[in-house]
Amino acid sequence: MSSAPLHLTIAPILIPLLAGALMLFFDERERRLKTVLSIVSIFSLLGVATSLLMTVHLSGGPLALVYLVGNWPAPVAINLVADRLATVMLVLTAALAFPAILYAMERWDKVGPHFHSLFQFLLVGLNGAFLTGDLFNLFVFFEVMLAASYGLVLHGGGPQRVRSGLHYIAVNLGASLIFLIGIAMVFGATGSLNMAEIALRAESLEGFARPGLHVGLAMLGLAFLIKAGMWPLCHWLVPAYSAAAGPVAAVFAMLSKVGIYSLLRLALLLPGDGAAFGSRVIFIGGAVTLAFASIGLLASQSMKRASAYFILMSSGTLLAAFGISVPGGTAGALFYLLSSTLAISAFFMLVELLEREQDAASGILAVTQEAYGDGEEVEEENQEVGQVMPSALAVLGVGFALLALVLIGLPPLSGFLAKLAILTAVLGPGAGDLGALGARRTVLAILLLVSGLVALVALSRMGIRTFWAPVEPFSPRVTVVEAAPILILLAMLVALTLLAGPVMNLLLATAEDLHHPARYLSAVLGAERVPPYAGGGQ
Amino acid sequence: MELVIAAAIGILTASGVWLILRSRTYQLVIGFALLAYAVNLFIFSMGRLRVNAPPVLNGSGPVDVAAYTDPLPQALVLTAIVIGFATTALFLVVLIVSRGLTGSDHVDGREG
Repeated sequence: MSSAPLHLTIAPILIPLLAGALMLFFDERERRLKTVLSIVSIFSLLGVATSLLMTVHLSGGPLALVYLVGNWPAPVAINLVADRLATVMLVLTAALAFPAILYAMERWDKVGPHFHSLFQFLLVGLNGAFLTGDLFNLFVFFEVMLAASYGLVLHGGGPQRVRSGLHYIAVNLGASLIFLIGIAMVFGATGSLNMAEIALRAESLEGFARPGLHVGLAMLGLAFLIKAGMWPLCHWLVPAYSAAAGPVAAVFAMLSKVGIYSLLRLALLLPGDGAAFGSRVIFIGGAVTLAFASIGLLASQSMKRASAYFILMSSGTLLAAFGISVPGGTAGALFYLLSSTLAISAFFMLVELLEREQDAASGILAVTQEAYGDGEEVEEENQEVGQVMPSALAVLGVGFALLALVLIGLPPLSGFLAKLAILTAVLGPGAGDLGALGARRTVLAILLLVSGLVALVALSRMGIRTFWAPVEPFSPRVTVVEAAPILILLAMLVALTLLAGPVMNLLLATAEDLHHPARYLSAVLGAERVPPYAGGGQ
Repeated sequence: MELVIAAAIGILTASGVWLILRSRTYQLVIGFALLAYAVNLFIFSMGRLRVNAPPVLNGSGPVDVAAYTDPLPQALVLTAIVIGFATTALFLVVLIVSRGLTGSDHVDGREG
């Protein structure tokens, strides 16, 4: 076997790291160069991620590509594991990153230093967290991601961002400490940091080590749930995400999914007597989050706050669906993850275009913003540079309507298919075997439908207020470059709808892998070292 | 020695938690610093406490693992210290910016 695809496994971490570091050598004035570097980096990421996905999914061979860093033998080496779930997340990250960078080109990368470098480092953290098979490296990549996100959440400045950024950083520092305590306890109990080896040893623990492992895993779960925004750990999320700049918020839609990814990976790797308790907690938390997000959505006045509540709604749905823990439901939830993340990301950018213009229309607000030195106004003269889009309001209106269909879950777009897949898994034929989980299934089905109704109410109110009966008529000046990312994301959603069959097959295979941890264990622990290079000197 | 380490971790954690629940940003930073020390000691103690045992293997001859202390937690602590240091420094910058923008060192940017 050629070793080329194996080395490709580490490329999603190295490419953005090199690109981000390279950009630091150039002055801020070389913005065009940095943008080109960013886009080249993201396109190579997309290519690498897609080819990894194809290799893993279509090869029919082993479950995962396992990369042993430094070629140490299997349980000792720090490993990177590219299985189906990890590569799906990699593709999604790259697919989100490109529209966000495109959107930022028009004005956001000009309002503060090092936007592109921070963005690349964020991608390093995200990709690393998805790929790593080692608990401590998961922490390190979380920190890389968070450190970059601290910079990005403050991007653009202004008191609003600094205040919510302060809370964001404080909460995440606390979460990191909890994460570390969890890692230490798991290590103390099992003597390993390799996730597969932990799962293997967890079977045969005796005495004090067993409760030690459970407490450690609970601490880890807590840290992941803070990131995922489960109620009551979610109150930092809405202010921080709604204050962040448009492209930043668009890629932050992916950030909360990292918590959910880690939770899914560890929870299904370690089934046992603790898992029943864990899945109950996750289900109840997810259901309450969904209810909380629905109420918050109805109560929010500004569209940016509403889009942050959509993130919570997506987290709640995913957690509740994972709490039921059947392969079909997990696959449906993963489809929902893809669809909702793309839609929310586009929604953040669309909402910024709309609210920006409304702010400018109501002159008083614009004046106060200027008085408080909100960094956005500085760029006023640059707005005319790009080519202004004709009939922008119509384009934005159609975009809004399509995104609303996805977010509510109405046919014909992917949001409907995702909810249908989850509902089929919990209510449809074959779900009768889940007798013990009857109450949970009913609650999930009701909440899923009610949250769709709430989203319908909230979004129609927003749409009517903005497009049909605005307080003051406005015609947004939107450049082509700003509208393109939204259209690209919409095209991805349409593609996801059209290709629902193959995508669902892939996700079903992913869910089957996840629900059979023995496959993961044998792939990771049985990974073979690369034979030493024979053609060398000697 | 177990008692001393446990008491140290406990006191640091208690002080840290008390401080991060206060409303002034400076107290917040000190609280997080103390908590980070407590967590680092905790990670260290998870490798089991050993006295007079080296963590680095002596290369010559067969290795008797029982004569060494676990080197892994020490490496982890080192990484955790570096990361904690960097994030605390970044947090301090944000605090100063917040103080400059709002004229208050309350965590909400206003008194009350």
